[in-house]
Amino acid sequence: MARILSYEKKNTFVHRLSGFTKLLFLILWCFAGAMTFETRILVVMLLIGAGVYYVADIKWKQVSSVFIAIMIFMTLNLVAIFFFAPYQGCEIYDSRTAICHLFGNYYLTKEQLFYEFNVCIKYFTVIPSVFVFLTTTDPSELASSLNGVGVPYSIAYSVEIALRYIPDVQDEYTRIKNAQQARGIEMSAKGSLLKRIKNTSLIIFPLIFSSMEKIEVVSNAMELRGFGKKPKRTWYSKRPLTSIDLYVISFITLFCIATMIITFADGNRFFNPFR
Amino acid sequence: MKFKLGIREIVAMGIGTALFVVLTTVQIPVFLIPNTFLQPRMAVLAFFSAAFGPIVGAVIGILGHALGDAIYYSSVWWSWVFPEAVVGLCLGLFAKQFEVREGGFAVTRNVILFNVIQIIGNAIAWCVMAPLLDILVYSEPANKVFAQGTVAFVLNIVVIGFLGTVLLVAYSKIAGRQSGLKAED
Repeated sequence: MARILSYEKKNTFVHRLSGFTKLLFLILWCFAGAMTFETRILVVMLLIGAGVYYVADIKWKQVSSVFIAIMIFMTLNLVAIFFFAPYQGCEIYDSRTAICHLFGNYYLTKEQLFYEFNVCIKYFTVIPSVFVFLTTTDPSELASSLNGVGVPYSIAYSVEIALRYIPDVQDEYTRIKNAQQARGIEMSAKGSLLKRIKNTSLIIFPLIFSSMEKIEVVSNAMELRGFGKKPKRTWYSKRPLTSIDLYVISFITLFCIATMIITFADGNRFFNPFR
Repeated sequence: MKFKLGIREIVAMGIGTALFVVLTTVQIPVFLIPNTFLQPRMAVLAFFSAAFGPIVGAVIGILGHALGDAIYYSSVWWSWVFPEAVVGLCLGLFAKQFEVREGGFAVTRNVILFNVIQIIGNAIAWCVMAPLLDILVYSEPANKVFAQGTVAFVLNIVVIGFLGTVLLVAYSKIAGRQSGLKAED
């Protein structure tokens, strides 16, 4: 199973920020990155993202396997866009400058290259922010700060349970898979499609049944300790918003608004260098 | 219809999301269309929605997909996160009829209802919502996203139809049983 991104305790500027600030930053950042096709803004975002990544002191080792996986997906997606719509770029930028003829109906155009460059750079604006968020945010601190800003604590708590139980469920998955393989069930890519579906279900069955048991146990324990009896609760890991948090929050809010204004100022989401 | 959010539902949301996230990597690639997979995790979503109701289904859909994407691929494809919640929501609305945890699911009527609902839910989510969001948010070529959407629709129906149904029937049989004893005559 692939190595996943997980929290690592450190003491940097980014680690000291409240979990809520980082979550808000991530959401607004991804939103801005998804909405805009303004190349200049995307480049600025790329630079800021790289800066934050550097400040957060993330080791390449922590993220390399995930990064390589994303690169493969991105390449596949870019190639697919070209084959499905070789002139998407021409339509968007309303011009056509052919560079060379490839085969059949396919011409390589400057517009298409520029459009796919934008799609590609959009990946790179979002990736560092997600890396930073996942490796610098303590799950229980995130739950308490979510509650601190008005999310009902029941929802905050289920987010925390999810983050808490991901490693457990993963262990259990590996255990069940090993047990099934010991019984001689083929799990690799060698089997046929139908066989693989059937064999996958042999893992999912015990996994779901044991999870349902776990739900019973955990919810009984929580009930015994009086969870949910009062409209409010306190947290061990509560961290109040500091002035630095407020600066970061106002920065990202302003940045997001500015991005929207610049992007939609000319009634079009795209930056057009071909005009 | 009122859906209460009790302690059990809160825990189910959390652990269901964890399951969904872990199963993100368990997928069988379909080579024709890139980035589209046969995903056993959809069966988990269907199972939890049918067993615990619409809020649990929607939250597992959104949170599970977003977290799973973020942890394993590090780029959240938002236009496919929200359709996931629609599937959970649709199936969850009928949780009262399914009676999964009371042991009432294993009858023909419920199996048929479940499959009709899942086809409708998946159609709304992947044939309409996901491609439209893709075009609106990411400006991807229309024929590519509709092709991807349709493939996802078919694959999800297959996974939920087979794996989801079998899971629910099996669980319902075990959960509803009061005891293993039978009266002898």
